[in-house]
Amino acid sequence: MIQEFKSKGKNYLIGLIWFFLLLWPLLGIHSDGTLSFAKAFYVWFYIFCASIIVVTVYIIHKKGLTLPLVKPLASATNKIYGYAASMPKPVLFIIIGVIAFLFPFFTERYAQDTAINVLIYICLGLGLNIVVGMAGLLDLGYIAFYGVGAYTYALLNTLYGLSFWLSLPIVAIFAGIAGCIVGYPTLRMRGDYLAIVTLGFGEIIRIIFNNWMQLTNGPNGILGIKPPAALIPSFANGFSFEYLYLKKLHYLYYAALLLAVFTIIVVSRLSASRIGRAWEAIREDETVAEMTGINTFSLKLLAYATGAVLGGIAGAFFAARMRFVSPESFTFIESAMVLSMVVLGGMGSIPGIILGVIALIALPEVFREFELYRMLAFGASMTLMMLFRPKGLIPSKRMGVRSEEKEE
Amino acid sequence: MEYFIQQLINGLTLGGIYALIALGYTMVYGIIQLINFAHGEFFAAGGYMGVILLSFLSANGYLATNPWLCLSGSIILAMIYCSLLATGVEKIAYKPLRKSSRLSVLLSALGMSIFIQNGLMLTQGVYDKPYPSIFSGGGFDFGNIKISYMQIVILLITILLLVFLNILVFKTRIGKAMRATAQDKTMSSLVGIKSDRVISITFIIGASLAAAAGIMVGMYYGSVGYNMGFVPGIKAFAAAVLGGIGNITGAMIGGLLIGIIEIFGAGYISSEYKDVFAFIILIGVLYFMPTGIMGENVDDTRV
Amino acid sequence: MKKPILELKNVTSGYNEIQVLKDISIEVFEGEIVTLIGGNGAGKTTTLMTISNIVPATSGEILYYGKPIHKKPADVLPGIGLCQVPEGRRIFPRLSVENNLEMGAFLRKDHKKIAEDIEYIYQLFPILKERKKQPGGALSGGEQQMLAIGRAIMGRPKLLLLDEPSLGLAPLITLKIFEIIEEINKKGTTVLLRLCNGNGKNYRQRYR
Repeated sequence: MIQEFKSKGKNYLIGLIWFFLLLWPLLGIHSDGTLSFAKAFYVWFYIFCASIIVVTVYIIHKKGLTLPLVKPLASATNKIYGYAASMPKPVLFIIIGVIAFLFPFFTERYAQDTAINVLIYICLGLGLNIVVGMAGLLDLGYIAFYGVGAYTYALLNTLYGLSFWLSLPIVAIFAGIAGCIVGYPTLRMRGDYLAIVTLGFGEIIRIIFNNWMQLTNGPNGILGIKPPAALIPSFANGFSFEYLYLKKLHYLYYAALLLAVFTIIVVSRLSASRIGRAWEAIREDETVAEMTGINTFSLKLLAYATGAVLGGIAGAFFAARMRFVSPESFTFIESAMVLSMVVLGGMGSIPGIILGVIALIALPEVFREFELYRMLAFGASMTLMMLFRPKGLIPSKRMGVRSEEKEE
Repeated sequence: MEYFIQQLINGLTLGGIYALIALGYTMVYGIIQLINFAHGEFFAAGGYMGVILLSFLSANGYLATNPWLCLSGSIILAMIYCSLLATGVEKIAYKPLRKSSRLSVLLSALGMSIFIQNGLMLTQGVYDKPYPSIFSGGGFDFGNIKISYMQIVILLITILLLVFLNILVFKTRIGKAMRATAQDKTMSSLVGIKSDRVISITFIIGASLAAAAGIMVGMYYGSVGYNMGFVPGIKAFAAAVLGGIGNITGAMIGGLLIGIIEIFGAGYISSEYKDVFAFIILIGVLYFMPTGIMGENVDDTRV
Repeated sequence: MKKPILELKNVTSGYNEIQVLKDISIEVFEGEIVTLIGGNGAGKTTTLMTISNIVPATSGEILYYGKPIHKKPADVLPGIGLCQVPEGRRIFPRLSVENNLEMGAFLRKDHKKIAEDIEYIYQLFPILKERKKQPGGALSGGEQQMLAIGRAIMGRPKLLLLDEPSLGLAPLITLKIFEIIEEINKKGTTVLLRLCNGNGKNYRQRYR
C-alpha cells in the first residue's frame, strides 16, 4: 500500500500544488490591494482532505482490502439482478408499473414534483437517444426542440385557447418541422461540425424566443398557460362531460407518466424495428450503410424529426405544468444536461437512460443544501464519468466501435 | 461612408479578439481532433485574472503611475495562469482519454467547461466585475470616425500576438514538431517527437492567447462575468470552422470576418440579433463549403 | 563471436485482444541487411512496430546493443540510432519536402551536419531537391518513398527498419531504392528490411 502511495504520490502531490496555484489568485488577491492566504488555504485544505480520503479508499479498494465488505453486497445485487432477469418480462413491467402508479399515494408534494421532473427528462433523454445513441448524430442543441414544443403549446393555448391534448399533434408537427429544418442543412456534415452547428441552431432558436417580442413576449415569457385537462363524465344535469383541469400535482404526475410510457414504448418499438437497425448501421459505419442500400439521408432526417417530436411533446407538457415559459429554460446548459443523462446512463439503452435521469435529477434534490455547488459537481462528475466509466451505467448491448475511432 | 469605416474599425477590433480565441480552438482541434469546450473558460479565466491583477495594482496606485507596465505585466501573468489551467485540464481530463471515443473526450471537455465556469462563479461572485479604467476616454478623431486609444492598444496587442504565433508555428523547431504531430502522430513519434509534450505546448499556446483575448474583452466592454466564455467561445469556434478547422491562417481570417459581420449585422440590420449572424454564417459556410473558406488544401497553412 | 545489434527474445505482442506475435526471436548483427519475409498477416509489420514500441511488447525482451529498449517510449529511439520507415511511407503531407527531411533529424543538435546530410540526401535523390519547397503530399508514390527513406537517413541511424520499401513502385524505382539501401549499408547502417515477395537479393534472413 505504501508502494502504491509512492508511485502515485508524486503526480498527486504535483496535482495538489498545481491546484493551489490555480486557486490562490482567485481567492487571495483582493481588489482593495491586499493579499491573503488564509481563505485560499482553507478551501484548498478541505479539498486536500477530501481527495486524500478518496484516494485512500480507491487504493484500499484496488488492493482488494474492501473485498469482505464488497463481496456480500455484490452477490446480493447479483441475486436481485438474477431474480429480476428470471422473472418474465411482463411481470417485471407490471411491478414497475404498479410502483409508478402507487407512487403519489405514499409521497409528499415535493417528491411528486421531482418525479414529474424525472418523467419529463426521461422523455427528453429518450428522444435525444434516438438522435445520439441510435443514429450516432451528436446533437448539442436538442433543447431547442423542447423549447419549440413548449412555445407552440403556450401560444396555441394562450392565443387560440386550444386544450393540451388537442395541441399535442400540432406541437408534434411543429417540432418535427423544426427538426427537419435543423436536420436538413446539418446532415451533410461530419461529427464534430455537426455538434457545433446544432449548438448554433439551439442558440439561434433561443435568441429568437428572446427577441421576438410580439410573439413570445421576449425574456418575460408567456404567462397563464392552462394545464392539461381531462374529460370527466358528469351526471349532475343528465349526462355531460366536464372539463377538469389537472391542477393538482398528482394528476399531473399521471399525465407525465402517460407521456413517459408512451415515449418508452415508441423508442423501444423503434429500436427493434427495421428503421432502428438502419439507424444503428448508420451509427456504426455510414458509408457501408449507404452501400447496403440504406437511404442514409432520409433516415438521418427521420431520426432528427423523431427525436424532435418526442422532445417537443415533452416541452409542451413542461409548459403546461409550469404554466409559464421563458427563454431561460432552454439554454445550452440544459442541452448539456440531457446529453449527459443519455451518456451517463449508457447510450442506446432505455433502462440506462432512465437511471441516468434519476441520477442527475433526483440525486441533486437529495443534496439540496449544496445547491450552490450543484453545477460544479455536475461538471466534475461528467469528466470523472468519462474517465472511469465512459460507456455509462448500463451500457447498451448493441453498441460497436465507430469506424473512425478504431484507427491508431 | 463614415459610419461604414467606423463600423469596420469596430469590427476589426472585435474580430481580432475572436481570432485570438479561434486560434486556440483550431490548434487543439488540428492536433487532437477535439472541440475543446473548456477553451471559452480559459478566455473567461484570463479576463478574471486581468480584473483581479489590475484592480490590485490600481488599489496600490501602480496603475496610475505605470499603466503600460501594469497592463503588460497583467497580460503576461494572466497568460501564465491560463497556461497552468490549460495544462491541468489537459492532463486530467483529456490525456487519459487519448484512445477513447470522440464523444467521451467531448463530454469530458464539456464537464471541465461547466466545472471551471462554476468555479469562477463560486470564487468571484455571480455579478459582473468592473475593469479599472486604464486609458481614460481619449482617442483620435477623423471627422466623425473615432478610434479610441483602447481600440488601438487592442489592435496592436492582437497584431503582435498573431505575428508572434506565426513565427512560432511556421519558423521554429517546436512549431514544426506541432505541425508534424498534427499530421501523423505515429510517424512523428518515430522521428523522435514527444507528442504528449507537443500537445501540452499546443494547449499552453492556445490558452495564453485566449487569456490575452479575455483581458482585452474586459477592457473593451469594461467588465467581466463568469459566463462570458460561452458566447464568444462559440463564435470563435464558428470563426475557426469558417477558416477551415486546423488552419491557422484560416482561423485569423475567420475571426476577423466573424467580428466584422457581427458589427455590421448589429449596425445595419438588428442589434438584438447580433449573436445570430455568426451562427448563420457558420451554418451557411458549412452547408456550401464543408471545409471552410480556405478549403482543405494541401498547403502549409494548416497546423 | 560478435554481439548482435538488435536482439528479440521470445517477444509477444498484439493489438488489444488480438495476439499477433507469439514468442519470436530475431538477431541482427552489425553491418548486415536482414529481411523479414512471410505471407499476408504473418506479422512482419507488427514486428517492426513492436521494435519501435508503437505496439508495445506484452512479454519478452528487445535488446539493442545489449540494452533493453522495450520499455522505452517510441520517441527516444531515433535519438539512439534506431529509425524506421513505416508501412505506407507516412510522410507529413503538409510539410514541405525540406521540412520533412529536417523532421527526420529532429533529435539531432549538430546543425552543420544536418545541412550536410540534407545535401547528401539530395545527391541520392536529385528529384527531391527539385521539389524541396513542395508539400510532401504533392509528391508521387515513388518520390514519397524516397522522401521517407531520406527522412529516416537524416536521423543517422545505426539500425534502419524498412517496411516494404518497394510496395507499389515501378521496377526501375525499386532497383534504385535497393541500390541506395546497399549504399547506406556500406556506410555503416545495419538494415532490417521487410519484404512481401522475396524479390530482394540473397540477404540473410531469419523469421520465427
